[in-house]
Amino acid sequence: MPYIAATDRDRKAMLERIGSGSVEELFSDIPASVRFPKLKLPPPLSEMEAMREIEALASKNLSASSSAWFLGAGAYYHFIPAVVDALSSRGEFLTAYTPYQPEVSQGTLQAIFEYQSMAAALLGVEVVNASHYDGATALAEGLLMAYNAAGAAAGARDKAIVCADLDPEYKDVLRSYVSAFPIRLEFLDLPPEAAAARSDESTFCVVVPYPSFSGTLGDIAAAAASAHAAGALLVAHADPIMCGLLKSPGELGADIVAAEGQALGNPMSFGGPFLGMLGSSAKLVRKMPGRLVGEARDSQGRRGFVLTLTAREQHIRREKAVSNICSNQGLAMLRACIYLTAMGRSGMRKVAELCWSKAHYAAGLIAALPGYAVPALTSRQEFFKEFVVLTPIPAAEIAQKLARRGVVPGFPLSRYYPERTHELLVCVTEMCTKGQIELLARSLEEAAE
Amino acid sequence: MKIDPNCRYRSSHEYARKDGAEIVVGISDHAQESLGDIVFVELAEVGKTVAQGDAIGVVESVKAASDIYAPVSGTVVAVNGELEGDPALLNKDPYGKGWLVRIAPSNLPEWEGLLDPATYEKEAAKE
Amino acid sequence: MNLRPESLVYELSSPGRECVSLPACDVPPARPPAGLMRDALELPELDELTLVRHFTRLSQKNYSIDTEFYPLGSCTMKYNPKVNEAAASLPGWRNAHPLAGDEFSQGSLEIIHSLQSWLCEIGGFAAGSLQPAAGAHGELSGVLIIRAYHEARADHKRRLMLVPDSAHGTNPASCTMAGFRIKAIASDSEGGVDMAALREVLSGPEGAQVAGIMITNPNTLGLFDRNIEAIAAAVHAAGGLVYGDGANMNALVGILRPAEVGIDVMHFNLHKTFSTPHGGGGPGAGFVGVRSDLADFLPGPIAAKGEGKIAYRLSMPARSIGRLKSFYGNFGIVLRAYVYLRMLGPEGLRAVAENAVLGANYVKALIEGTYKVKYPRRCMHEFVAQGDIAEGVHTLDIAKRLIDLGFHPPTIYFPLIVPEAIMIEPTESESKETLDAFAAALLKIAEEAKESPELLHAAPTTTPVGRLDEVAAARNPVLCYRR
Repeated sequence: MPYIAATDRDRKAMLERIGSGSVEELFSDIPASVRFPKLKLPPPLSEMEAMREIEALASKNLSASSSAWFLGAGAYYHFIPAVVDALSSRGEFLTAYTPYQPEVSQGTLQAIFEYQSMAAALLGVEVVNASHYDGATALAEGLLMAYNAAGAAAGARDKAIVCADLDPEYKDVLRSYVSAFPIRLEFLDLPPEAAAARSDESTFCVVVPYPSFSGTLGDIAAAAASAHAAGALLVAHADPIMCGLLKSPGELGADIVAAEGQALGNPMSFGGPFLGMLGSSAKLVRKMPGRLVGEARDSQGRRGFVLTLTAREQHIRREKAVSNICSNQGLAMLRACIYLTAMGRSGMRKVAELCWSKAHYAAGLIAALPGYAVPALTSRQEFFKEFVVLTPIPAAEIAQKLARRGVVPGFPLSRYYPERTHELLVCVTEMCTKGQIELLARSLEEAAE
Repeated sequence: MKIDPNCRYRSSHEYARKDGAEIVVGISDHAQESLGDIVFVELAEVGKTVAQGDAIGVVESVKAASDIYAPVSGTVVAVNGELEGDPALLNKDPYGKGWLVRIAPSNLPEWEGLLDPATYEKEAAKE
Repeated sequence: MNLRPESLVYELSSPGRECVSLPACDVPPARPPAGLMRDALELPELDELTLVRHFTRLSQKNYSIDTEFYPLGSCTMKYNPKVNEAAASLPGWRNAHPLAGDEFSQGSLEIIHSLQSWLCEIGGFAAGSLQPAAGAHGELSGVLIIRAYHEARADHKRRLMLVPDSAHGTNPASCTMAGFRIKAIASDSEGGVDMAALREVLSGPEGAQVAGIMITNPNTLGLFDRNIEAIAAAVHAAGGLVYGDGANMNALVGILRPAEVGIDVMHFNLHKTFSTPHGGGGPGAGFVGVRSDLADFLPGPIAAKGEGKIAYRLSMPARSIGRLKSFYGNFGIVLRAYVYLRMLGPEGLRAVAENAVLGANYVKALIEGTYKVKYPRRCMHEFVAQGDIAEGVHTLDIAKRLIDLGFHPPTIYFPLIVPEAIMIEPTESESKETLDAFAAALLKIAEEAKESPELLHAAPTTTPVGRLDEVAAARNPVLCYRR
């Protein structure tokens, strides 16, 4: 049997020591009528056969590395340096457990502390936790954090204003997460500064994306000022790659910052595992869900790291916990930690500069094509690595045609918003070459003919 | 287990001591000992109106977090600001410097209804 | 183990050092407006060799399954097969975009659909979702499904969830997140649900408010609750549903299908029973399985059968509780569990439970003369002993001394209903030699506790740091590097 060390002889010796006649006898508490079911599962494969089957299945997927890839919309094709895989795959990291026994988990704990530090610098906040499942759940937990901070029991402030130009999947997750609480979500189809200006005495927070789902950049500083003037907190969702170049939402005044950390050294992997980043100002830390690692000393004065402020968590507060979260995204967070260390301040800036330049080059080429328009350029809105393209024929049709040429031009917005049939969300990262961008432009032109 | 004879108690380990027109509220020596080293105290704001039994704060140690319930109804007139910088006061001197809040009671007879020191001591010893 | 102190990445940083080389910009460079750009970015600057040494040395400060025996009760620290890693590293998986479209994702969709079906088969469920990112996430899905079920019946007063006092903390926390009030049900003398207490609640004034019960079976003491069918019947008769916490499924795979004893909705932890790596705290993955009339409520999208060339497609269940995270779940983890089940087959799966339960009973037999085991019955895949073996010695001291003897400690101080609890779960991966060595270590410690307890109190002394002052760390938290 695979992965089982005990032999028949071992089992016999163990049964003797226990004083049991058979292994079956150990299960005599199980109701007899339902004991030992025959499971209809496929028969076992050897390792060789299993790999062959997996390779065959993998080849049925379209891989971003085999196409000119311009699809983003929440999952991004960014460069992952070789050190990330090499170091995170070490068994001591991969097969370690949650660091509840700090003396034998200093590797994991120090890596989390380093991640917390670098992520805080990136997002412009004072404290970052050890991560959530993904950007969407991090944002939802950030919203609940703002609700708790406003004094949930007081009941007066129950409204969260949310910019409607947020990833639709994120909006769904927010709805799911607040459904049990007396919270009203008000989605406003306005840019961040205008949405925040609508804050009133019932608003406990304003949720703003930076950039928006359409890729545009709003005025976060103005949004923060408006929210604060009304006594509300500003919760921002950030692009961590963009934070390598532009002022972070934290620096611009956001009290709570969430982000999707997949772009930091984690492959797209059909949507998971991803990395939810969540940070805030220091005064909100006791309301922050999730794990936190802090510095500590032992009796000899040696520096170590330990899970701290654990009284907030579910295993102690139980039903009064701030959140039910038990795990963090351990390995995904470690990969981000190694990525941030490898990139460093100059690498993060360079990657973001490449994204900015290439995206603007692509937008310029596409805007010049007959029948196509790029609203962000026409209305002089700033954008980072994604922008919406208005297409002369339905975007979904274009995507179908281009798939045959090995070009994935972007995300037809009709897949989330059925009425937006002629809109394509194009994403350009440092992975796209000039040649691929020009191929995209040519392909789009031909597709419209 | 130290018992302050001037206090009356709740079974949830809060004490209430008359001081002039106000009631001083804290947690008993037994409670601080069970919690272990206190790391953080969160208290209701001055001015808050509370009914007997309402939650007025949380006391956290490394291994536990305990809600604090108002032993009497009234208004919170003071909170112990020293605990923010030195939560260990709660462990060292729970009945004195480790006080939590002061309440202006709205229904003083409630105080009489609390457990007297001897009864509380017996109950706490059973735990 | 690497005992030398390791600097932080910031402390190893030197201005101008670079690690990653990026290509020059091959398009006309564009810049953001100056007002949007940040002035400083406080990230470290390391060369690649320093970086590699740093993280390699850090890894050497960890205990891990790959290096030590890890008998953490309730965590199922079984071997994480390397073939799972090899399978997951293929570019067809890594570079698969979740929005590529059904036609271009047939490999991924087949994996998800197959695992959904197999886990349903293992649990006896009619339908399931792999969207939850972890066990606690699966629990949240489960209680939200229960809520949706009652709302759909227009029964709005069912706001109470029954939770045994022996339950894992995520159970009541998940209930709160789903808007339920919790009523704790006492445990009986065997750590099972106290039937009298249960019947009293169900037949009392709150009975009509009970939405359901959250049950862990085997329970958190590692014992099979023989009343499970009666519990389920009683809750069903009162109009509630039964949620099963599948954390302890390692004892039941191929032995019992929980749906067949009345569980209506259940989560499995792929990172426990199904061998996916713990990664220092995650990522995990949760599966939530349901009986047929609850299938419409599952979180989604899930994988469903397609038509024609498109064998599999994404589908949102008709009355879904909604998305609990973006996309479809932790696919990279789902893939590893798929490979594991392909390697095991049905007999391999049953052998897992048999050997897990055998190993636990064996270790129990070796130590129960010295360590009190409150419940002398056959245990399942784990058991709870007590660490009060000598005056002045606590479970914590025993745990720390085990570290010095080369073992990761078992789970301690859980469940809360047993004082000085030590929860031991060997798993089926371990050889008899390892189990013998572990038991011998525990017995040695029991002797030391009487003869030389200072060894326990000072432990651990063979690690990079000793016991840390967690009180000071919590009073004045330093959560971030500051120069």
